[in-house]
Amino acid sequence: MEKLRILAESAKYDVSCSSSGTVRKGKQGMVGNTVGGIGICHSFADDGRCISLLKVMLTNYCIYDCAYCINRRSNDIRRATLSVSELEEIMMEFYRRNYIEGLFLSSGVVRNPDYTMERLTAIVRDLRTVHHFNGYIHLKSIPGASRELLSEAGRYADRMSVNIEIPREESLKLLAPEKNHQSVFQPMKMIQQGVLENKEDRKKYRHTPRFVPAGQSTQMIVGATKDTDRDILQMSSALYGQPTMRRVYYSGYVSVNTYDARLPVLKQPPLVRENRLYQADWLLRFYHFNVEEIVDDQHTNLDLEVDPKLAWALRHPEAFPVDINTADYEMLLRVPGLGTKSAWLIVNSRRFNRLTSYDLKKMGVVMKKAKYFITCHELTSQFSQPIFGINELRPERLRPLLVSKAEQKRAADEQQLKLDFEE
Amino acid sequence: MTVYTFDGTMDGLLTAVFNAFALKEQPEQLLTEDDVLPLFTDRIYKVETDEMKAQRVWAGLEKRLSVEAMRLISVSWLSELRELNQPLFQYICKVFRQGDISRNFADPDVLSVTNIARKMLHEQLRMKQFIRFQKAKDGTYLAVVSPDHNVLPLVINHFQDRFNDQPWLIYDAKRHYGFYYSLTPNDRGEGGNVPIRITFENEATVPFDLGNGCLNDDALSDDDQLLQNLWRTYFKAICIRERMNPRKQLKDMPRRYWKYMTEKQTM
Repeated sequence: MEKLRILAESAKYDVSCSSSGTVRKGKQGMVGNTVGGIGICHSFADDGRCISLLKVMLTNYCIYDCAYCINRRSNDIRRATLSVSELEEIMMEFYRRNYIEGLFLSSGVVRNPDYTMERLTAIVRDLRTVHHFNGYIHLKSIPGASRELLSEAGRYADRMSVNIEIPREESLKLLAPEKNHQSVFQPMKMIQQGVLENKEDRKKYRHTPRFVPAGQSTQMIVGATKDTDRDILQMSSALYGQPTMRRVYYSGYVSVNTYDARLPVLKQPPLVRENRLYQADWLLRFYHFNVEEIVDDQHTNLDLEVDPKLAWALRHPEAFPVDINTADYEMLLRVPGLGTKSAWLIVNSRRFNRLTSYDLKKMGVVMKKAKYFITCHELTSQFSQPIFGINELRPERLRPLLVSKAEQKRAADEQQLKLDFEE
Repeated sequence: MTVYTFDGTMDGLLTAVFNAFALKEQPEQLLTEDDVLPLFTDRIYKVETDEMKAQRVWAGLEKRLSVEAMRLISVSWLSELRELNQPLFQYICKVFRQGDISRNFADPDVLSVTNIARKMLHEQLRMKQFIRFQKAKDGTYLAVVSPDHNVLPLVINHFQDRFNDQPWLIYDAKRHYGFYYSLTPNDRGEGGNVPIRITFENEATVPFDLGNGCLNDDALSDDDQLLQNLWRTYFKAICIRERMNPRKQLKDMPRRYWKYMTEKQTM
């Protein structure tokens, strides 16, 4: 039990959690299935993050000494190793009780990358063939492992991932002198090649086993280095351009190794910045934005006060107002406050009759921000008051109206000097 | 004002639609028989449920609506909400007059039926997430739930698909029924890789606690307590203390589900 605690605590800074991307029906004689679309989160920890997979490390011994990592060689923490059978048994029993959706397996590097990868591969092979496990498996691939091992592991796992951690190579060199970008992109490329080859094969032979059907994901640490949001987002945009990259996760840096002078000392993990990055990530993936629209030379970091879409809208008042009844779907998505769901509702309903702001409100569209950016089928936006849209108010006067109270308080707090009393 | 009353079944509601069209009238309200009559009721028409008529209406609906819209109607019906009757009745009538309006969310009736269905789908996902099994001595996995709406029928397929090699029982403590899945048929030849609906005649004699879903100690399998503790340990360990966010936790995992969840029960 103690081992599980240690190894879960070592693995928890890896934020990847999703169990989506594959649909696989249950099979007679095998336990488990995977659902497509949105995965199933089985629980939510006290920090509000979902628990979907049993996220655990095989071991937290590691030969590397990366400054940002809690499991670095020079850290004096308790180390443990799970035996293969222990891990498999815990995992299967948890799954049978509907605690988890599958396994997320990672490991510190022991002896050499190949040796570690071999042990990880052995576990997933066992789960599939001996325990007849048919659920979700997310496997970390170890940078520097051989191609043969990766391609064997890929046949059993649903998703594989390699973490980039630091978007700029110079910064990575500073914090993790033993690693370089080459070692991260190499396995990424191998997995991608594997998936593409497998796709070709499946066209010819229908029964070819699938290779990493849920694609890849990766993670970047936010706030441990001086990298700007622009560096991070450009990296993710380039990654999404690759055919198999499904998700990029951002992990607000939690000061785990406070003694290291290369790292900033943060009292709180940069949660707001992390949130803004995720919002920007969503804009890239679902809202047809491209990177240059979100961050550019003048705005290398995202605005912490307002979300990236609102920030874009305030920079581009000429694009508004948008007419709800005629604008196309892409344009509706650009209206601050309208999401994919609201846009879908609008596009469907306006085929029947013209929509008014009353209709929108009843459908559940949040008008707090949107009302400044749209026109509906009516003369005035609010009964007999004249229309106040972004072009009448001008962006610089609209902005303070939309920054929430909490945000204003936070900004004020940051400017205020504070004395820290030891308790 | 004309008021129709019906017996509260789906067939009854469909028959009411049939009768409204046969009598060429549109009642202002559709009520169940035990509802309180509104003021100014000048005519009450009691709908006699007729399966044949109901089937004709259902077949007509199937011709006019997409599969997805039909599914939403069936799902919304499982909610057992009284306030569904009126909008659903109006919605179905409108479909026969205007055609497929299932995506016109500006229509109040379509909107309220869709919203109720959406609520149901939301809760069935919650069930898939938060059902927790315990293993009994005889190898059966048991889970007790008490959802707000009657969503068990919606999730049974999922669990049958996922846990097809273990016997399990999911019991709804609020509605006093459950589904039992076993690998072998019982003595009446029912079941056997198909979930069957069961009820207990005397709930006081069951070997588990309906209040928190815990199996009695003598019925619990030997290693189950250990695994439950393991899971609680894991649940505590995975949380990052610097990022505590209990509001988010409550939003995604409302407190009313906690009493049946292993990680939230204290030992």
